[in-house]
Amino acid sequence: MKARIKFRKYGVLKFIGHLDVMRFFQKAMRRADIPIAFTGGYSPHMIMSFAQPLGVGITSEGEYLDIELTESISSKEAVTRLNQVMVPGIDIVSFVEISEDKKAGGMTITAASDYRVYLLESSHCTDARIPIPEKWRGSIPHFLGENQIIVWKKTKKSEKEVDILPLIYKMYSDQDSIYLLLATGSEQNLKPDLVMEAFLNYIGEPSRPFHYHRLDIHARKEDGTLVPLSEI
Amino acid sequence: MRKLALNDEILLKIEKPARYIGNEVNSVMKAPDEVDIRFAMCFPDVYEIGMSHLGIQILYDMFNRREDTWCERVYSPWVDLDKIMRKDRIPLFALESQDPVKAFDFLGITIQYEMCYTNILQILELSQIPLFSSQRSDNDPIVIGGGPCAYNPEPLADFFDLFYIGEGETVYGELLDAYKENKRKGGSRKDYLEAAAEIEGIYVPAFYDVTYHEDGTLAAFTPINPHAKKKIKKQLVMDMTDTYYPFAPVVPFIKVTQDRVVLEIQRGCIRGCRFCQAGMIYRPTRERDLEMLKKYAYEMLKNTGHEEISLSSLSSSDYSSLKELVTFLIEEFKGKGINISLPSLRIDAFSLDVMEKVQDVRKSSLTFAPEAGSQRMRNVINKGLTEEEILNGAGQAFEGGWNKVKLYFMLGLPTETEEDMKEIAVLADKIARRYYEIPKEKRNGKCQITASSSFFIPKPFTPFQWVPMFTNEEYISRAAVVKHAFQDQLNRKSLKYNWHDAEVTVLEGVFARGDRRTGRVLLEAYRSGCLYDSWTDYFDYHKWLQAFENTGISMEFYNQRERSFDEILPWDFIDIGVTKEFLIKEWERARRGEVTPNCRQQCSGCGALKWKGGVCIEGKN
Repeated sequence: MKARIKFRKYGVLKFIGHLDVMRFFQKAMRRADIPIAFTGGYSPHMIMSFAQPLGVGITSEGEYLDIELTESISSKEAVTRLNQVMVPGIDIVSFVEISEDKKAGGMTITAASDYRVYLLESSHCTDARIPIPEKWRGSIPHFLGENQIIVWKKTKKSEKEVDILPLIYKMYSDQDSIYLLLATGSEQNLKPDLVMEAFLNYIGEPSRPFHYHRLDIHARKEDGTLVPLSEI
Repeated sequence: MRKLALNDEILLKIEKPARYIGNEVNSVMKAPDEVDIRFAMCFPDVYEIGMSHLGIQILYDMFNRREDTWCERVYSPWVDLDKIMRKDRIPLFALESQDPVKAFDFLGITIQYEMCYTNILQILELSQIPLFSSQRSDNDPIVIGGGPCAYNPEPLADFFDLFYIGEGETVYGELLDAYKENKRKGGSRKDYLEAAAEIEGIYVPAFYDVTYHEDGTLAAFTPINPHAKKKIKKQLVMDMTDTYYPFAPVVPFIKVTQDRVVLEIQRGCIRGCRFCQAGMIYRPTRERDLEMLKKYAYEMLKNTGHEEISLSSLSSSDYSSLKELVTFLIEEFKGKGINISLPSLRIDAFSLDVMEKVQDVRKSSLTFAPEAGSQRMRNVINKGLTEEEILNGAGQAFEGGWNKVKLYFMLGLPTETEEDMKEIAVLADKIARRYYEIPKEKRNGKCQITASSSFFIPKPFTPFQWVPMFTNEEYISRAAVVKHAFQDQLNRKSLKYNWHDAEVTVLEGVFARGDRRTGRVLLEAYRSGCLYDSWTDYFDYHKWLQAFENTGISMEFYNQRERSFDEILPWDFIDIGVTKEFLIKEWERARRGEVTPNCRQQCSGCGALKWKGGVCIEGKN
């Protein structure tokens, strides 16, 4: 039996990195007494996998982890119990048992993430937001109309040139924010700050402070369409 | 939304911002305007170390049970943030409210080891509180120190308003009530310090005058305020069961040194090792009730979600109900994926059996602390452990599948000869020989014996409080003797030897037995940039030596001199219950190599009986 948990991460929790969020959830499962399954062996650990790490500094309303259960638990009960042991800045949106066949693909089905990008008055504070300049908004279609967008992408091992254009599925803007839908997952992955850096570079603007907010993580269905992980 | 003291730019630039944001599970939030007393509780080291300290968790819980008090936590900002705070003049803040410490009523600092003293000055300076108690005004927090180093508070006397001598569970309530009362009456800071001086266990350094002989030794230590007592009585909890202990300790987001539930099973130690300060100041040994511990184990695991529980005490094997407790923990929690860790166990059949149940034998190593290599030396320090016991313990462990052993020793002990030093290597080799006695097909490859030595530091309130230390160079040459002896052993390829830094040792020595004047070296070293001295990467011996030179204070005077029994020692004004006569008697027995029986075998009349509790009255009522 498997369950998919959707949670939000905001406020000061944006300073807590992925590994610590994993540790946080391991402890939270015990506090909430969720019937989670363990691996065998001498030092058993919880069977738990996260959809996609969220970078430090980014907030989100659509984070996911899957857990293996030893017995069934009602969704309502699980959400209540988990939320009782959370801290301000992290809360559980849903807890849904998912069928075994989805387990096969596990979290590897992750295909895309969407974000809201806010322009900040200063890097000191993410609350003081300013409107997206008219000029920027007009430039987005041109940016996306290029043949390729080459950036230097740093990995753990090396630095290489990549064309990120095929990894930007959507990009548009209103006055408040820029919307991005980007490739996410183990095969292809694009971080929103890399897009904004390339965009500012393209329109000849100096670097600016942004706040990134993830809206959801999506999977690709067989017909090629994207759906939030909570809806499959 | 939670407001932070540091802005996003800073928090995203520094290492581990989680050290500074608070908001952890079980941290306590209150409304500032609904409490009378704001208490900032500080461990003057980095968050991961400070959060691992049990004492603060106990006091944090105890203070916050009071409706009129909000106790928050403060730790040393790491060097990266330290620089930024100085440059931008950001005042040090408490984690929960993120409010500046300088606006608090109290700043309590736990003083666990000498090498954190520069960090204490850092805490004061970053808080924008005057370093000297004498320069503080009614608007500054009352700065109070406690913990084991408060048993010789004199090197820090100028920087603290109060010291709490002993265990925190007893008179803090009185101290806070007196504070409220003083505030209500519109009393001054001095009025409060006078009221505090009347409370048992509280020492107000400004109320004492110290004079010196021409040779530098203390001539007199005199109260100069009518409220100041001649002797300060250490505080201790006599009922260890019906007392404060946290059901829900704070759970850090980041991995800290002690990332587990800590269950303190008893306080004190019956053994009476003559080098050990804890063994004297926490007398008499007091146990917590088994049923209480079971209840706490369950509640604390439930409330924290930790995946490990560890028993804490100076010598767990001496806890009377250890077997029942450990069996309970294994039966109750092992199946739930909870690890059980049992440090400070004597190696015997029972403990080996337990360890086999709770840990992976192949991966783990066994630890022995013989402290000295030769039997003669072990008798001098009253480490009631014979070579036979060590070899038997190791033998049983080897037969149980272990092949890694760690051994801890001290070098530079009183009366130590070259022979004693070499015996460290000989003992390690004997343990290895014991391993190779096992038939080849039954043993698990080669064995690995790692011996480490630290250098002995005489501590106040021990039978060795009068003895001289050695120079840095002498320590290194003693370690070299041991190193060479290791190379002469038959099984040298299975043996490894490491030794502790000698430069830190001599400094610890100065502050362990220092008087008020040593505070000047501390300030000078801090001014020249010393900080985080317990961290090898940041310790700068050269700066320290320069500080001694600049202040004209002699390390030799504090370390290399044999003190006489009639010399006034800086900590003589503290009454720990154990008498000076007992310590002298013990030092004389040490010189004759005589072992003193432990508290359960026979009472040696140390003086702790006057508390009428713990092991002193076991089986007598």
